[in-house]
Amino acid sequence: MRRLPDRAFQAVALAVLCLALAALAALILDVWRDGASRLSWDFLTGFPSRRAESAGIWHALTGSVFVILVTAALAVPIGVGAAIYLEEYGTRSLLARLIEINITNLAAVPSIIYGLLGLGLFVRALGMGRSVLAGASTLALLVLPVIILTTREALRAVPRSIREGSYALGATKWQTIWHQVLPVALPGILTGTILALSRAIGETAPLITIGALTFVAFVPDGLWSPFTVLPIQIFNWVSRPQPAFQVNAAAAILVLLALLLTMNAAAVWLRDRYQKKLV
Amino acid sequence: MRRAEFAIEWALFACALVSVGTTAGIILVLTVETLAFLREVPIAEFLFGTEWTPLFATPRFGVLPLVAGTVLVSAIAMLVALPMGLLSAVYLSEYAPPRLRRTVKPVLEILAGVPTVVYGYFALLFVTPLLQRVIPGLAGFNALGPGIVMGIMILPLVSSLSEDAMQAVPRGLREGSYALGASRMQTSLRVVVPAALSGITAACILAVSRAIGETMIVAIAAGQQPRLTWNPLVPIETMTAYIVQVSLGDTPQGTIEYRTIFAVGMLLFLGTFLLNLASAWLRERFREVYG
Repeated sequence: MRRLPDRAFQAVALAVLCLALAALAALILDVWRDGASRLSWDFLTGFPSRRAESAGIWHALTGSVFVILVTAALAVPIGVGAAIYLEEYGTRSLLARLIEINITNLAAVPSIIYGLLGLGLFVRALGMGRSVLAGASTLALLVLPVIILTTREALRAVPRSIREGSYALGATKWQTIWHQVLPVALPGILTGTILALSRAIGETAPLITIGALTFVAFVPDGLWSPFTVLPIQIFNWVSRPQPAFQVNAAAAILVLLALLLTMNAAAVWLRDRYQKKLV
Repeated sequence: MRRAEFAIEWALFACALVSVGTTAGIILVLTVETLAFLREVPIAEFLFGTEWTPLFATPRFGVLPLVAGTVLVSAIAMLVALPMGLLSAVYLSEYAPPRLRRTVKPVLEILAGVPTVVYGYFALLFVTPLLQRVIPGLAGFNALGPGIVMGIMILPLVSSLSEDAMQAVPRGLREGSYALGASRMQTSLRVVVPAALSGITAACILAVSRAIGETMIVAIAAGQQPRLTWNPLVPIETMTAYIVQVSLGDTPQGTIEYRTIFAVGMLLFLGTFLLNLASAWLRERFREVYG
């Protein structure tokens, strides 16, 4: 008798879990059904157009890749540097503790607020305009907390004995970090970085806020070039009333999801490959 | 040699300071523009006014309609995310065989990793049309569809943080409960959940904060009509969607329209900041109990 409510509870909980997974399946199937027929080589390499049938995403795809590469170039050195400082140097000081609390808080600030920061700081105050550099700088600040947090975890996982062995041989602190600790932590750092960047590549709101253009008919040709990215192009097409453009949006979503899947797969592959070696 | 070591330490310290600079930058940018905004609009009108028409010929700057829109969509999202997230957390932590857990958790994480613009598409072109078949009066843009989709997006956050909190409850408490003859459900709901309550609450608060700051779903599917209503079936506008709306137009710097987005952003930042602080404080307390 007592087992009945227990069974019922378990069934309800399992049903809820299945419902969540069904929502994911519905999302993917819906986008696939709407957009798969539009996918073609011409769609990937085409430029935007007033006519939905001949519009493509080459400008947005190259924009996304370019912006993410610049973001990585800015965020990775700073993020890893900050993590090394917090983990290896200043862990005990009050200032380090404050920085730590600050980073946890930053990780939960809505992305659109970073957009306002980018607009006020990079676009206006520093005069970068609505350029690739302004967009990438904004996204770099956005992913910085994530990169710092995951890098710290990777550094923490490096056994103490490796550091002590290096010190015992007379190495300085930095030599120990550079030659011993970082190589061991590298796969973990890379995995975290790829995951953080895959979040950035799907970000729309901060880039709209800094004024990234919604209609760009060219491939960005430098750091100061105006740009658009895949999510903004998707947003632009979804917002139009004509169904033909919404089909384009679905097809562009499929490309974006494929890009994300590739990045995530790379991260998982890296983690699995090197985790075994360590142990 | 010593000098190089010293320089490196300072360079690394400078990297760590960038994060402090980010916070300072956010506060500075928002404060400067908000103060300039408040010089033209009295703070009482901004906070308590019930009409938001800054782009009209006779502008009104009462932010309450945007706040109401934000609260409405977030409330719908939480009505979806909390029960579902908590139930899945209890199931995954207390019932599921380890193999099922190992497969389900990454799939839930995919749900959290889908770009929000994709969820916006889903809300506008799948969920809303589906709901319109059941609710005839539902407008094409509304709070209900995006609210539900936002709930699905936040569910993994609630579920995974709550599950972590439940996993941190010592085994001894569960075993004591079983020894007293309690069933699994009684142990889960009356021992594990109460013991993990501050961790679970922290997860829920963080989820609310995420819902308030979420932008693209509402910008795409909730409409652009700021109105003071609790009716989830009509178009509304949230604070985040308003910022997007203005950013899409070409608003010249220094105008009052340009400053409104910073004033609204300030409100958004303060709201989410307080929620994040509360969540962090609760998590810290939870760690003290079982640390």
